[in-house]
Amino acid sequence: MKQSIFRVKENTPLTSTVYKMVLVGDTSDITNSGQFVNIKLDGLFLRRPISVCDCEGDTLTLVYKVVGKGTEQMSKMCSGESLDVLTGLGNGYNTDVSGNAPLLLGGGVGIPPMYMLCKKLISEGKSVSVVLGFNKADEVFYENEFRALGADVTVTTVDGSYGTPGFVTDVMKDREYSYFYTCGPEPMLKAVYKTSVTGGQFSFEERMGCGFGACMGCSCKTITGYKRICKEGPVLVKEEILWQN
Amino acid sequence: MAKLNVNLCGIELDNPVIPASGTFGFGYEFAELYDINILGTFSFKGTTKDARFGNPTPRIAETPMGMINAVGLQNPGVDKVISEELQKLKKCFNKKVMANVSGFSVDEYVYTCEKIDKCEQVGWIEVNVSCPNVHGGGMSFGTSPEAAAEVTRAVKAVTTKPVIIKLSPNVTDIVSIAKACEEAGADGISLINTLLGMRIDLRTKKPVIANKMGGFSGPAIFPVAVRMVYQVSHAVNIPVIGMGGVSSAEDVIEMMMAGATAVEVGAANLVDPYACKKIIEDLPRVMEKYGINSLEDLKTLL
Repeated sequence: MKQSIFRVKENTPLTSTVYKMVLVGDTSDITNSGQFVNIKLDGLFLRRPISVCDCEGDTLTLVYKVVGKGTEQMSKMCSGESLDVLTGLGNGYNTDVSGNAPLLLGGGVGIPPMYMLCKKLISEGKSVSVVLGFNKADEVFYENEFRALGADVTVTTVDGSYGTPGFVTDVMKDREYSYFYTCGPEPMLKAVYKTSVTGGQFSFEERMGCGFGACMGCSCKTITGYKRICKEGPVLVKEEILWQN
Repeated sequence: MAKLNVNLCGIELDNPVIPASGTFGFGYEFAELYDINILGTFSFKGTTKDARFGNPTPRIAETPMGMINAVGLQNPGVDKVISEELQKLKKCFNKKVMANVSGFSVDEYVYTCEKIDKCEQVGWIEVNVSCPNVHGGGMSFGTSPEAAAEVTRAVKAVTTKPVIIKLSPNVTDIVSIAKACEEAGADGISLINTLLGMRIDLRTKKPVIANKMGGFSGPAIFPVAVRMVYQVSHAVNIPVIGMGGVSSAEDVIEMMMAGATAVEVGAANLVDPYACKKIIEDLPRVMEKYGINSLEDLKTLL
């Protein structure tokens, strides 16, 4: 973990509620895809945890959805402004176990961490398929970015207004894959859990106090014991997940 | 040369800054960030007789200038704390640590304190009779002078180390409770634990926290804490540790002017993991600014 100041290079809307923020700073503690950063914002007490979408050299890319005061404040920031960021938080995805044909399933704002993961898997010579799930056409983002990496990309929309109608699991059930990785809303994660026929990794979201393991605010029960989503997570393997409700 | 050292129940501290229980784990994770031996000491995660998972999530809510938590005393239980957590701490902390103990009956407090008292690493035992996040225990012992005194007496009977009773602000008369603890043999008082609070999410129309209510902390509660530390420290003759929203060297000095011998820092650690380090490094500058030579002299000012 590292605390440092990042400078905003770019902050642009991708849809009416999803923004892409490019930051420049010390990214040396970001060691894995699936990790997150925790951002201090003026006037708000707790930091805001945001997943890492991409990290290359000194450039950190975050893709976030405006859901409350914190992300709304972020969306109004301009290039040149600075942010106090804790980096290198969380365990991230393990790509050693992916096999040759991993399947990535992202839902809505759960899609961003899939991007850096996809990039890593492709750099490891794997044949990556990505399913990106949205509610409707005007919510779609990052389809072309995933294609540019060389992944096989399928977009689903619940209302059928773009791509394949239905849920990511409607695509998953007809696919063959060596392993899977997923991030998205909990109902989607549960559906993926039920539909999947191989091992896989799930990235979870939880309200956090600190984001670095001190407060026990985001603990969950797993088959292998109590885990902190911020520290031993946010990525859990399929075999250890205990659904709470 | 500014004098930062203070004496807390017979043990000398290099400075009065103490990370508060529940915001600093068992220390070793912060030791990856900086040398935690610069701290006066720290109060480790609230420990109970048996292992506890705590409350369902969400356990955290934000407030203006603060936060609410309902963690519910998640901890691995006293045996594992001694056999695992304190062993890990030994590798990075060579000072006496403050043990924080909670319970659901007088017998549980006694059981845990008796075991903790035998640990050489432990300098003080901070007995939490004020956790707002558990039912049938915790705060219920800290809301009446009789119950607080009963716990104090029972713990004192089985321990040799200084016993500090951590009090709840969720009472009508905190002074009477502090006095009852002093009469029952307490070696010190620490206050304030969190204020009971609640937030409701307008979108979901439900409480933000799964447990509905939780402990409100952060800079928003600082004035309440200063007031209660002032009241208690002027009513008892044992050392008082002040806490509640402390987040700067100025706050530490204000708390000591109110009568505190030492100061715990809580929620600030969760927002800035280097908070205590920064406060300690900043203290000499702030002391100089206000013409303060020795922190120990502050508590008799008012």
